[in-house]
Amino acid sequence: MGGWVTVAQALSLVVLLAAVHRPLGDYMARLYSSEKHFRVERGFYRLAGVDGSSGQAWQSYLRGVLVFSGASMLLLYLLQRVQPLLPGSLGLPAVPEALSFNTAASFVANTNWQSYSPEVTMGYAVQMLGLAVQNFLSAAVGLAVAVALIRGLAGRNSSTIGNFWVDLTRGVLRLLLPGAVLGAIVLMIGGVIQNFNGFTAVTNLLGGTSTIPGGPVASQEAIKLLGTNGGGFFNANSAHPFENPGGWTNLVEVFLMLVIPFSLPRTFGTMVGDRRQGYAILAAMAAIFTVSLAAMTAFEFGAADGTAGSMEGKEQRFGIAASTLFGSTSTLTSTGAVNAMHDSFSPLGGMMAMLNMMLGEVAPGGVGSGLYGMLILAIITAFVAGLLVGRTPEYLGKKIGPKEIKLASLYILTMPTLVLVGTALSFAVPGIRADIEGTSILNTGLHGFSEVLYAFTSAANNNGSAFAGLTANTPWLNTALGVAMLVGRFLPMIFVIALAGAFAEQGKVPASAGTLPTHRPQSVTLLCGVTVIVTALTFFPVLALGPLAEGLQ
Amino acid sequence: MNPVRTSMRQLGVSLRVLVMLTLLLGVGYPLAMAGIGQAALHGRANGSMVSSGGSDVGSELIGQSFTDADGAALPQWFQSRPSAAGDGYDGGASSGSNLGPLSEDLAAAVAERRGAVAELEGVAPEEVPADAVTTSGSGLDPHISPEYARLQVDRVARERGLDPEQVSALVDDATQAPFAGILGSSTVNVLLLNISLAELDT
Repeated sequence: MGGWVTVAQALSLVVLLAAVHRPLGDYMARLYSSEKHFRVERGFYRLAGVDGSSGQAWQSYLRGVLVFSGASMLLLYLLQRVQPLLPGSLGLPAVPEALSFNTAASFVANTNWQSYSPEVTMGYAVQMLGLAVQNFLSAAVGLAVAVALIRGLAGRNSSTIGNFWVDLTRGVLRLLLPGAVLGAIVLMIGGVIQNFNGFTAVTNLLGGTSTIPGGPVASQEAIKLLGTNGGGFFNANSAHPFENPGGWTNLVEVFLMLVIPFSLPRTFGTMVGDRRQGYAILAAMAAIFTVSLAAMTAFEFGAADGTAGSMEGKEQRFGIAASTLFGSTSTLTSTGAVNAMHDSFSPLGGMMAMLNMMLGEVAPGGVGSGLYGMLILAIITAFVAGLLVGRTPEYLGKKIGPKEIKLASLYILTMPTLVLVGTALSFAVPGIRADIEGTSILNTGLHGFSEVLYAFTSAANNNGSAFAGLTANTPWLNTALGVAMLVGRFLPMIFVIALAGAFAEQGKVPASAGTLPTHRPQSVTLLCGVTVIVTALTFFPVLALGPLAEGLQ
Repeated sequence: MNPVRTSMRQLGVSLRVLVMLTLLLGVGYPLAMAGIGQAALHGRANGSMVSSGGSDVGSELIGQSFTDADGAALPQWFQSRPSAAGDGYDGGASSGSNLGPLSEDLAAAVAERRGAVAELEGVAPEEVPADAVTTSGSGLDPHISPEYARLQVDRVARERGLDPEQVSALVDDATQAPFAGILGSSTVNVLLLNISLAELDT
């Protein structure tokens, strides 16, 4: 029963994604290539004071990304600090400084890690004006950076890689906003609430009171998933019945997380003028996704014989199969939403969630970030393959010289450094260790170590899910995780945009008999191999200390 | 061009863009969605409230506990799952237990609940289904499994002086198969079931 349902459920998702990926991928390609501005966009550029018709050199594009994100962070920090002055704040006080910093970093970096419990921390004003707005903007920034890299790979002897302000505006107005409107309406039909009622007390059947929460949830839920953000309106995130009321809304939510990341390879193929290259990237993403989903599902069903029957932390309306589908999707994209508590997953099921993030979130990854992450791996793969057969490494007719491979390597090194150093510091410094063990960790022993490892993995990868038993609202974790989220988001972006500039300046080497093709099954296999081996070599030892050891007990 | 001057110019652009997009995405979008929800999907957008005897008694989607002040099961009602939201089914504090898979606390809690349910229903401990002894992710799970609902039929019928067949029919009515047979699990909505039970009396 379980196995059949799992496969049928996954197939229904495949059908939906297959139907949409071509039109949406082509639509995004046109969106980011078109010379024409809509009238409303022209007005927008005039008010903002930007010239929408000129391209930017990579330095200028990068400055736009960083300055805009910095300004976003400042605004979000201030909104939280002045919460009592805002209307619709439900009487909640100003958010404390360290928590405001952590939350601002988290939402601007597309992570949506939540050190707080939303019901008792964030009023409607901060949720709408701050958090929901950043759900759109951080996603649009991620898309812009991916498109800049595509332009670099597609361009020839070009000094520009597009215009950041145009990419940002179009991503919001032509893609994310219409998608979120559709998503929100569908979710409301499924029972997701959209009101400003606050908490309502009703007299229940027993004569006591039950509290029914309110809020503009559907509008936030749709963009939280479509933008692979993941920050819940409620503490329980998408396990909350008002965020995810039933079996079919669950599939809709999984679809929303995957629809842009799985359509972007088509956009990539179209923009570089060789759709087969897009399908090669898509094939690698889909292969890793399928294997990972199967593994997590098998581990959770395998634990169903245990005392808790694999149902601790899971909702009855989802059961095991719909929980692992959501959990796999959320950690293989950069979403981090949960419809079941990962902390209570079986040791190896929880390890799969960690491993998904440790892969660098490339299968299919977050909106934009998944594609540029996978393209970096494709470049590394082309380099490795070139060395193996003794040819000059090339990818899509672009030479991978010392400068390019350095940038790609720095990209690959950033995330593991943040994860391993952050986790190590948490246990190596005596004062911090006392705080971690005394305050933060809920579960003792190996699982407590896993909680901390999960937190840094989630932060550095901009995922945002957690082994949520961890109390992260402490000075050390708010600061360290905040820094990990910012560095984990923006340092790789710097390398990607610099790489886009380096590729754009090059001409295109015509394909010859000596060119290694990058679209054949062989190269897809090699790409998957490189992805897995880089991850395994980096993280196997630390996984052995936590979830693997626990799973073998 | 001077990089500091360009950055300052970009900061000005950023702030203007942020103000405009905050108005659109932070005010216009959620209000428009609320307008659509309140006009076209009024009941759902306001929380799928359900009534009994003419007044709202809760939301179809938010679970409730049917226990006394000490948390002991009230035997005349169908029981929900255990809950980690506040003191149990606190709609202002959704949460799972987050206890790890090998946690001794979890093992002890599960064993205690299993014993209590087995005693209440008069069955062997191994007959108690998993959802009856575990807390959900939200702590507000409105559902139980059909197995757990059927397990409670005899006891509820006895306590209310009803024919078990009649109560069993209510459970069958309240049982929902997964959507399209494949999305999610079979469920019984505890609040709706208890409302139909209460309405037998009136």
